[in-house]
Amino acid sequence: MEQFNLEIISPEESILIKNDTEEVVIPAIEGYMGILKDHIPLISFLKPGIIDVKSSNENLNFYVDDGIVEFKDNTLSVLTSNIFDLKKIDKNQIDKIIKDAEEGLKKENIKDQEKYILDQKIGVLNSINPN
Amino acid sequence: MASLDDLKKRISSVKSTQKITKAMKMVAAAKLRKAQENAERGRPYSEKMNNIIFNLSNSISDFENAPKLLAGTGQDKVHLCVVMTADRGLCGGFNSNIIKKAKAFFQKLSNNDKELKIITVGSKGYDQLKRLYKDNIIERITFKESKNANYFDADKVGRIIIEKFEKKEFDICTIFYNQFKNVITQIPQEQQIIPLKTSEKKNETSEQNYEFEPDEDEILLNLLPKNISTQIFKAMLENSASEQGSRMSAMDNATRNAGDMVDKLTIKYNRSRQAAITKELIEIISGAESL
Repeated sequence: MEQFNLEIISPEESILIKNDTEEVVIPAIEGYMGILKDHIPLISFLKPGIIDVKSSNENLNFYVDDGIVEFKDNTLSVLTSNIFDLKKIDKNQIDKIIKDAEEGLKKENIKDQEKYILDQKIGVLNSINPN
Repeated sequence: MASLDDLKKRISSVKSTQKITKAMKMVAAAKLRKAQENAERGRPYSEKMNNIIFNLSNSISDFENAPKLLAGTGQDKVHLCVVMTADRGLCGGFNSNIIKKAKAFFQKLSNNDKELKIITVGSKGYDQLKRLYKDNIIERITFKESKNANYFDADKVGRIIIEKFEKKEFDICTIFYNQFKNVITQIPQEQQIIPLKTSEKKNETSEQNYEFEPDEDEILLNLLPKNISTQIFKAMLENSASEQGSRMSAMDNATRNAGDMVDKLTIKYNRSRQAAITKELIEIISGAESL
């Protein structure tokens, strides 16, 4: 399969830089989106969800809270401030994020969009929780 | 003239000061390397962010209805200045250079009859500004607890700024920080972050037609607050590298000065010891002669 470049960058460090990616599925705000080589230039932003990276020899999964993606010249850049490798995240961490999100939902003056995002977050996190 | 004992005491006190400054220099050198690495690692993010915003703002056709964070409120009456300094002293001109730059800017504002609001980040800045600008300081933030500059803290500052902007408390926001050039040079910077100044030059790659999902305006609305935090974070990283660099060279100077002082005092000590011996000898000889 044809390959393209992927970079996942957080404000504090570069999380992942790969040049043999074959397919990436990102949780774009309007739904999951699969990206292959020679996609047209794209800018979008993310909702809480799982980034699924398929390369020739491995599959990687990350959980993201939010972020911005840009695809240009066969390079997919993901800028995000909150990202975890699913293999490294532990249950306590997940529980804590879920709890925070549930707390956020209880607020009185919550906007529809925020509510939607938090609902998404809890759904995704519950689905990856080991038990 | 100081007695021999006094001189001895002074020498040992200068020596112990020298030990402290030397240790501080070493610690600063170690921290500097780390801060530099952090600044290096944080660079790709802010560069990419700038790029995306640049591309986005280029594709916005009607600038009138663009988000206020980008286009501004249309006025420049109230200025918000975020002065970012360190929490600790003993780092040469680091803090006072930022303050000097900020004060010059404040002066210019008051000459032009603008209203001034100040947020200080880092306790040293507050200490130095509170005497003259106490009534203008609307918020003071310190991150004494966090060891390294981290994005979480920057985000907090960013949120405060945006909250105030949405309440229409100010029109223009400028941040002050030290840019790290090298260990001996740090350049105090003023940078306007609201409304955002996109660089004028147009490069050819930005002519590409992007697919936006959802539309440009919505992405910009989402992106611009993030960019504020990113800019603050960048300033914090630069600041922490500058602080350590500045402290390192200040402490290096202090160690050298202490060394010079010890040398001088030792010569003085030896001279007065010799003088005392000579004096005693003369007394003994003249005593013997008179017999």
